[in-house]
Amino acid sequence: MNTPVKSQSFEHPVYNYQVVRQFAVMTVVWGIVGMLVGVLIAAQLVWPALNFDLPWLHFGRLRPLHTNAVIFAFGGCALFSTSLYVVQRTCQVRLISDKLAALVFWGWQLIIVAAAITLPLGYTSGKEYAELEWPIDIAITIVWVAYAILFFGTIMQRKTSHIYVANWFFGAFIVVVAVLHLINSAAVPVSAWKSYSAYGGTIDAMIQWWYGHNAVGFFLTTGFLGIMYYFVPKQAERPVYSYRLSIVHFWALVTVYIWAGPHHLHYTALPDWAQSLGMVMSLVLLAPSWGGMINGIMTLSGAWDKLRTDPILRFLVVSLSFYGMSTFEGPMMSIKTVNALSHYTDWTIGHVHSGALGWVAMISIGAMYHLIPIMFGRERMYSIALINTHFWMSTIGTVLYISSMWVNGLMQGLMWRAYNADGTLTYSFVESVQASYPGYFVRLVGGAIFFGGMLIMAYNVWKTAKGENSDNAVGTPAAQPSVSQEASA
Amino acid sequence: MSNFWSLWIIVITVGSLIGLLWLLLANRKIDSTKADQKTGHEYDGIEEYDNPLPAWWMNMFLLSIVFAAIYLIAYPGLGNFKGLLGWTQEKQWQAEVTKADAQFLAMYNSFPELTVAGLAGEEQAVKMGKRLFANNCAICHGSDAGGSKGYPNLTNGVWLYGGSPEQIYTSINDGRRGAMPPWGESLGEENVKLVSNYVRDLGANQAQADANTQGKTIYATYCAACHGGSGEGNIYLGAPNLADDVWLYGGSDAEIFESISLGRSGEMPAHKDLLSPEKVNLLAAYVYSLSK
Repeated sequence: MNTPVKSQSFEHPVYNYQVVRQFAVMTVVWGIVGMLVGVLIAAQLVWPALNFDLPWLHFGRLRPLHTNAVIFAFGGCALFSTSLYVVQRTCQVRLISDKLAALVFWGWQLIIVAAAITLPLGYTSGKEYAELEWPIDIAITIVWVAYAILFFGTIMQRKTSHIYVANWFFGAFIVVVAVLHLINSAAVPVSAWKSYSAYGGTIDAMIQWWYGHNAVGFFLTTGFLGIMYYFVPKQAERPVYSYRLSIVHFWALVTVYIWAGPHHLHYTALPDWAQSLGMVMSLVLLAPSWGGMINGIMTLSGAWDKLRTDPILRFLVVSLSFYGMSTFEGPMMSIKTVNALSHYTDWTIGHVHSGALGWVAMISIGAMYHLIPIMFGRERMYSIALINTHFWMSTIGTVLYISSMWVNGLMQGLMWRAYNADGTLTYSFVESVQASYPGYFVRLVGGAIFFGGMLIMAYNVWKTAKGENSDNAVGTPAAQPSVSQEASA
Repeated sequence: MSNFWSLWIIVITVGSLIGLLWLLLANRKIDSTKADQKTGHEYDGIEEYDNPLPAWWMNMFLLSIVFAAIYLIAYPGLGNFKGLLGWTQEKQWQAEVTKADAQFLAMYNSFPELTVAGLAGEEQAVKMGKRLFANNCAICHGSDAGGSKGYPNLTNGVWLYGGSPEQIYTSINDGRRGAMPPWGESLGEENVKLVSNYVRDLGANQAQADANTQGKTIYATYCAACHGGSGEGNIYLGAPNLADDVWLYGGSDAEIFESISLGRSGEMPAHKDLLSPEKVNLLAAYVYSLSK
């Protein structure tokens, strides 16, 4: 029978898969949109004329669109999708309300669309990673509360005695992001689309970076560690390496991360004591961050051979390697003397993207390749070979991106501080910009390759949803969890 | 900060570090007979080992906590406690400035000629002035000093505030503020258009300008006080010469109309608080040398 499969037939007898599937599909869609904007603004840095002298294509407006789209649209949908899947599977209970789940999905999509319209039009609160104006901020609050009720309500209904570690991480992510959003977005509206921060001067800067760094810490780290704790053991079919390590690094991570914000404000008007605390706590953060990497990678011990045949597992493991690398780099960059060189250079951009591309995007992609066939009632993705192609494009793209930004960052930092025998600076600013062009070009190539991988993913997802199987697929079916196994759980 | 908030910071910081220590030490040992045993939990098919914390990881964690403690004793961090080293970022900055001054100031005082005009004839002085220009001025005036819209070209011998060594020195040292008032509201669009055309034709198409009697009358009434009867400008007001075909804000019809209708305001920031007099001297010499 070749009649199209109705979406109802994908439904699980117990769990709400609909919201998971919706968010999973939108993860791919927003990933493509967000990264396309990223590729465009990377190209603008090489060829500035690409803004076509149109205000809504200006770098200053598209850059926040890119960051919001990849963090909150792509990353957000990946987190909603996986957390709502994992909480059901590990608590063995359906989400407490299908209506609330629908509200979270449609509300979040509406917010993303509102962001995609208002940011290019120039409506911004001017706070990095929190640019959206106050009406959208209120909508975020409502959706987030609905999400929290849905998630924690489901946990309270669980049929298991304990709460699985992935859910601790998702829980911390939900609670802390709520607090961060409420406090940082506090503002006085002056019109429908303009507001001013409730805080002034240095305090505003401190609140902003307390938020900014913990958007990294609790949205992009804690949330995605939740993904890691379910999908790595599941895909590797191995027990989690150490329950004890997961407890210790969870509590250490959530305790220490919240302090790290001031390292964004070294050598500024921020008082010395706050700068110092931000720096030492950032250094203490190294071990708790690595706890998650160790637990993920050691979970594979005894199953390393699976990396040869399973590109999904490769995505997950390589993402943990990038996670380990960027969580080492971060504490190093927080040291005042290192920061004096690295701050305001492309090194920061490279650091962010080793986390954003290498860690966040790659673990999300890996989790989606695990999740999407299940969501469409298929045994596996349409083509394992295409997953493998995507894996290599992502890896090569990320490496090109971050290494070009390292080179640019170090070069800029060194050029800015070089001085002549008479004490004058050797280089004017524009000379450092000119010297950065080759790096900008390599970054564009890396980003475009990563973006190209997402297009391949979209094709693969489309074919999987339609229920096709590729003839040239390689890899064993065992590399994918079978549907019968899922249904028996 | 008040003692309460100082204590608040100290208690939370020290408490957090001690809490982390406790968390680590309380979990350092496990029953070795149970090593590699599972916890007995199972979630959706996922089980968990209860392996001990990796020793190297725990040591790294402990080391970072010890480093934090030492750093917070040596440097400011714990509320009002200043740290044993007495370090502040202002002191660090001051130390670097003092060192740089000691190292470089002699060079700036080493020129026998100390007038701007004299320095402009010394190769080494002009070279240093050029570097100062690249660091401090190029961002607006361009690295070739060619200027851009709203930022005067310093190489063409046309000067808003005069081109003598002393006048250039004053422009850099004390700054300049130029204001062209907006005339659109009071004159109306038609009149602004007439006077725009008159101004455009001044000098280059003098005959055409003279034929524009309405524009000429408006100019004489409203503009000549600052820009002079024949558009020659006034360096004491910074009013540009309108007859020389050099246009700070652009010479197209639309740009001239905009300048008159909406007005313009320009500011050259004063550099006396940013640069020492010796440096301003060298800068002025370099800028002066550009027009020679």
